Amino acid sequence: MPTVNLTVNGKAVSANVEARTLLVNLLREQLGLTGTHVGCDTSQCGACVVHVDGKSVKACTLLAVQANGSKVTTIEGLASGDKLHPMQEAFREHHGLQCGFCTPGMVMSAVCLAQNHPNLTEKDVREGLEGNLCRCTGYHNIVQAVLAGAQAMRR
Amino acid sequence: MAPNDTGIGASVRRREDYRFLTGQGTYTDDINRPNQTYAWIVRSPHAHATIKSVDTKAAKAAPGVIAVYTGEDFKAINGLPCGWLVHSRDGKPMIEPKHPILAHGKVRHVGDPVAVVIAETKAQARDAAEKIAIDYAALPAAGDMKAALAPGAKPVHDEAPGNLCFDWELGDKAATDAAFSKAARVVKLDLVNNRLVPNAMEPRAAIGEYDRATGEHTLYTTSQNPHVIRLLMGAFVLGLPEHKLRVVAPDVGGGFGSKIYHYAEEAIVTWASKQVGRPIKWTAERSESFMSDAHGRDHVTHAELALDKDGKFLGFKSETLANMGGYLSTFAPCIPTYLHGTLLAGNYATPAIWTNVKAVFTNTVPVDAYRGAGRPEATFILERIIDKAARELKMDPAELRRRNYIKPEQFPYQTPVALVYDTGNYHATLDQVLKLSDAAGYEKRKAESKARGKLRGRGIASYIEACGIAPSNVVGSLGARAGLYEAANVRVNPTGNVTVFTGSHAHGQGHETTFAQVVSTMLGIPMDQVEISHGDTNRVPFGMGTYGSRSIAVGGTAIVKALDKIIAKGKKIAAHLMEAAEADIEFKDGKFTVAGTDKSTPFGAVALAAYVPHKYPLETLEPGLDETAFYDPKNFTFPAGSYVCEVEVDPETGVVEVQSFAAADDFGRLINPMIVEGQVHGGLGQGIGQALLETCVYDKDGQLQTGSYMDYTMPRADDLPSFKVAHSVTACTHNPLGVKGCGEAGAIGAPPTVINAVIDALSEYGVTHLDMPATPHRVWQAIQAAQPAKR
Amino acid sequence: MYEFAYHRPSSLADAAKLILEAGDNGKLMAGGQTLIPTMKQRLASPGTVVDLGALKDLAGIKVEGNAVAIGATTTHAAVAASKDVQAKIKALAELAEGIGDRQVRHLGTIGGSIANNDPAADYPAAVLGLGATITTNQRKIAADEFFKGLFETALKPGEIITAVGFPVPEKAAYMKFRNPASRYAIVGVFVAKTAGGVRVAVTGAGQGGVFRVPDMEKALAGNFSAKAIEGVKVAATSLNADIHASAEYRAHLIGVMARRAVTAAG
Repeated sequence: MPTVNLTVNGKAVSANVEARTLLVNLLREQLGLTGTHVGCDTSQCGACVVHVDGKSVKACTLLAVQANGSKVTTIEGLASGDKLHPMQEAFREHHGLQCGFCTPGMVMSAVCLAQNHPNLTEKDVREGLEGNLCRCTGYHNIVQAVLAGAQAMRR
Repeated sequence: MAPNDTGIGASVRRREDYRFLTGQGTYTDDINRPNQTYAWIVRSPHAHATIKSVDTKAAKAAPGVIAVYTGEDFKAINGLPCGWLVHSRDGKPMIEPKHPILAHGKVRHVGDPVAVVIAETKAQARDAAEKIAIDYAALPAAGDMKAALAPGAKPVHDEAPGNLCFDWELGDKAATDAAFSKAARVVKLDLVNNRLVPNAMEPRAAIGEYDRATGEHTLYTTSQNPHVIRLLMGAFVLGLPEHKLRVVAPDVGGGFGSKIYHYAEEAIVTWASKQVGRPIKWTAERSESFMSDAHGRDHVTHAELALDKDGKFLGFKSETLANMGGYLSTFAPCIPTYLHGTLLAGNYATPAIWTNVKAVFTNTVPVDAYRGAGRPEATFILERIIDKAARELKMDPAELRRRNYIKPEQFPYQTPVALVYDTGNYHATLDQVLKLSDAAGYEKRKAESKARGKLRGRGIASYIEACGIAPSNVVGSLGARAGLYEAANVRVNPTGNVTVFTGSHAHGQGHETTFAQVVSTMLGIPMDQVEISHGDTNRVPFGMGTYGSRSIAVGGTAIVKALDKIIAKGKKIAAHLMEAAEADIEFKDGKFTVAGTDKSTPFGAVALAAYVPHKYPLETLEPGLDETAFYDPKNFTFPAGSYVCEVEVDPETGVVEVQSFAAADDFGRLINPMIVEGQVHGGLGQGIGQALLETCVYDKDGQLQTGSYMDYTMPRADDLPSFKVAHSVTACTHNPLGVKGCGEAGAIGAPPTVINAVIDALSEYGVTHLDMPATPHRVWQAIQAAQPAKR
Repeated sequence: MYEFAYHRPSSLADAAKLILEAGDNGKLMAGGQTLIPTMKQRLASPGTVVDLGALKDLAGIKVEGNAVAIGATTTHAAVAASKDVQAKIKALAELAEGIGDRQVRHLGTIGGSIANNDPAADYPAAVLGLGATITTNQRKIAADEFFKGLFETALKPGEIITAVGFPVPEKAAYMKFRNPASRYAIVGVFVAKTAGGVRVAVTGAGQGGVFRVPDMEKALAGNFSAKAIEGVKVAATSLNADIHASAEYRAHLIGVMARRAVTAAG
C-alpha cells in the first residue's frame, strides 16, 4: 500500500492508503476530519472542497497519492483557535448557511475565490461559486456573505 | 425580559452556525461506531422484471465480506408501511400492495433494492456486490402514467390490474357543473407538474447497531422525524418494541420532505446488525439517491375555470393523474388528495369547486411529499389558469386576482373544499409586492430589454398553503394513520437554566436559535441559558417531526404549552416563598411578583427552591420543575402571499434569465426575520428551479434519464437572482404565538410566477402555455412552433 | 473505483516506458478531472495509472515568435490567468476560464483534455479552430490530423503530449452554449481569423466530436462578419441529440454561437 505524507492544517501526517483512496476518504475516514463532506459522485456538488497548496480543489476528485507532499487545508483548519476566519464570520453574520452540509466546501471555495479576486462583484461571486451546490439558501445570503467576507479578508 | 436583541422578533444570528462553519457538525456519515462494517445495496437495473434467481456464492467468498442478504431473507418480514389510507369515490379503500424491504420475486423500478452486501470496507462491499449474479426476466414497463393506464398495460402490482391505486374526488360536482352552465366564459388548461428529485445535499445514510447486552437497537439515520421512524420500523416492519429501539437523527443536511419517510435501508441495517453482531453503516452515493429517495410532484392535470362577464370566478374543476411510482411511499396518498384538492380554492372566493384525482402505479421511484407537497401543484394549476383567463379577458392579471380574493372581512372563511381559513389579507400582500417589484417602472424596463434584442415578461401569482399539519381528529377522519400533534419537554435545571427537548427536528431551519428565542422571551432569561435538544428518541419524550412548515406552529406551540405549565408551577412555588396567595402572583420579565407590591423573586430562585425544597409546600406540590406538553393544533395555519417575477428571454437561443423576483408573504408573527427570509430564499430557489431547470425524466421503458447532476439541473448561484422579500402580518388566530410557518412558501408560489412571466414574454408569439421546466430547448421549440408571421 | 497500480514517474522517458508496459490496461493521468470521475463511476477500470503530476517541466506557457506554446500539464486556471495568453490569444484565455468550475480549473490540464477528446470538451474547439500543433514525446501533430472521433486521437501507445502550440490569430473568439445540468458544451464554436485563413471549429454538437464548418469558413474568408454567415446552415443529421437538446436545436445553436463569436472577435 502506498504511503502518503501530507501537511494537513499545519500538521504533518503520514498514512498508508490504497491507490484508489480519494483525498476526501483519507481526510474523513483515516484522519477523522469529517468537516469535508461528500454530496455527489460525479464531481459536481463541491461539498468536499479543500485547499491543496493554496488552491481550492475537490477532494473527491483527487487521489490521496496525487496529493503526496502537499499542504492541505480543510474547514477544520480555517479558524484560528476560537476566532473564526473572516469568511466564516461573514457566513454567520449573513445567514449564509442553513443545514450546513454544503457549507464547508462553500466556505473553502469562497476563501480561495476572494484570495484571487481583489474586487469581487455579485456576478463574480455567483459565477465563482459555479462548482458549489446549495439546496437550502437559494444562494442569496451566500452571495451576500461572500461579498462581505471578501471585504473583511482585505482588512 | 429577554434582551431585545435576542427576543421574539429579533434577527438573532444562529447558534448552530459555529459548529457547521468549523466542520464540527455531526451528520450521520460522520459517525463511526466501534467495529463498524459497511453495507452496499444491489439495485435493480430494470424498471420491471421478474427475479428468476439470485446467486450470492461468489460474493460471499469475496475479500472482506461478512454477509450477503437477499429478498429471500426478508420474505417473512413486513414491508414498508404506508401512513395514509385514501378511499376512492366509490368508497373502496386504495389498493395498498406490499413494499418489500428487499425485492422478492419482482422488481418494480430502477433502483429497487435486491440484495445487500455487508463487508469490512465500503469498497469491498461494492466490489463483492458486482459478483452477485441476478437472473432477471424483463417485463414491459410503464415509464409514465399514460403507459401505465393504457389498455393491456402490464400491472406493476397484480393487486392493481389497471395500475390505478385510487380514484378520489372532493367538492360538489353538481354545484360546480351548475356554475359552469351559467358562465360567460370558460377557460381551459392542460398542464404537467414536472417530477422533481428533492436532492438534499446530504445523501441519506443509516447506521444500525445492536447491543446484545441490553437487547437494544440503535439506528442513526438522516431523518426529519426519528420518533416516526421508530414507530414505523419498530412496530410495523421489524417488530421491535419502542423501549428497545433508539432512533437518532443527528445533524441532518437538508430534507425537503425526502427524509420524512421510512426507507428500506434503515430496516436493513437495523435488522442485519443483529445478524452480524456488528454495527453497519450505509451511505448513499448520489446516483443511488436519484433512484431511491422518494421523488416529488409528477401530476398531469386538466383544469377549467368558469367566470362571469365581469371576471368573477363562478366555478373551478380539475382532473388530475398523480404518479405514485412503483410502491406507496409513507405519505404518498395524502399528497395529491388532502394536501392538493383541499387547496384548490386558493386565495379566491370561488363558490363551487370539484376535483378528481386518480393515483397511478408506474415503474418509477415512489413519489411523495417534496417541499410544498400538493400545495405547489394546486397553486400552479390555479395561478396558471387565472393568468390565462386574464390574458383571454385582456385584463390586468393583478386586477383579476384582486377582484376574486377572499376579502379580509370574510374570515374565518369556509372554502368549498373542506378548509376553514382563519385569517389573511391577500390584497395587502398583492399591493406590497407590486410596490416591491416596481410595477410602475416595468414598461421602461421592457423597452430596454427590447433594445437589447430580448423579450421581457412579467408574471404575478398568489398562493395560499395549509401548514401546521394538523388537527389529529381531522386528519384521522381523512385517513391518516397517525396523530399530528407535537411534544415538548421543558426541563428547568436547579440553577435556573433550561433544557428544552422538542419533537420537531431541525435540518437547516435553525430551531436551536428560534425556539431558544421563544423560551428566553417567555421566561425572561438570557438566550444563552436555554439549550434546545432534538433528534434522539431516548432524550425527547415524543415527536411527530418536521415537515409541512409545522415546526413553529405545532412544535413551537408545544414548547409554549410546556412553558405555561412551568410558569404555573413556578407561581405556586413563588407564592409559598413569598408567603402570598397564588392568585396574587404575576410572572413578568423573569420575575415572580406579588401583585401590587414590590415583593418579587427571580425565576432562578424559584427553580432552585424546586430542586432544594427546604422551604416548599411538599404536602401539596412535587419538587422539581420539569414539564411536558403535547399540543394538537386546532386548525391548519394558512400562510399566503403574492409574488412578482420579471424574466428576459433570448429569442435566438430560448434562454430565460430571471431578472428580478419579489416576494410578499404573510406568515403571521415572525420569531426570527433573518431565518424566515432565509427560508423564503431557499423555497424560491427550489421553485425557480422547478420552473426553469429541474425535471426528472424517465424514458418510456422506465429507465431513469436524469440519474446524476450531469443531467438533472440543480440551480446554481448563477442561475438565480437576488431576491426582494417583504412581509405583512395577520396573526394566526388559533395558536398562542400567532405564527403560521414559512418553509414551503417560496417553492409553492414561485413556479407559476416564473411561468406566467415566461408566457408573458412569449405572448407576442402567441404562446399560451409551456410546461415546466421552461428550458432553453423547450422555449426555442415553442418559438419555432409559433406562427411564422409572429416569429 | 477499482484498485489499480499507481506510478508517479519523475521523467518523461519513465512515463512513456510505464504506460507502454501497461498496454491497453494503462491510463495516463494529468489533472485527473475527467479520469477520476470516470473511474469513480466504474466506467473506466485501468489496471495501471501513470500520473504525470511530477513532470514539472511539462507545465508552463511560452511565447515563441508568433505562437504561444502551452505545456501539456498546464492547468486551465494557469492558462486563463496567463498575461501572455490574454495578450496574444484572449479567446483562448477566456475559453480556459469557462471550463468546468474553479476547482476543476485548478487541476485540469490542457494535455489531459485534448488527449481525452471528450466530444463536449472546450479545448478541442480551440486546438482545431486555431490550427494548433500538438507536440508529443515522439513527434508534432497538426490539429487537423489529431482528433479522430469520440474519445479517439492520433496518439499512439506510449505517446505523451508534451505541449500544444497555438499560432497567434488576427482575431478569435469562442462562444459556448452550456448544458444546463453538466455545464459541458451543448455547442461550442471557436472562430479564428488566422494567417492561414478563417477557421470555424465546433465542439459539443458532433456525433464524431469536434469538427470544422467549411461553409462558414468560406463565407467568413470574404467578409468576416456575423452577417456573412447568417444564411449558412449546418445539417442536423450528424449532430448529437439528448434530453437537453435535439439535433435541430444544436444545428440552430451552431449558427447563433458562430455569429456571436464572429461579433465578439471584432
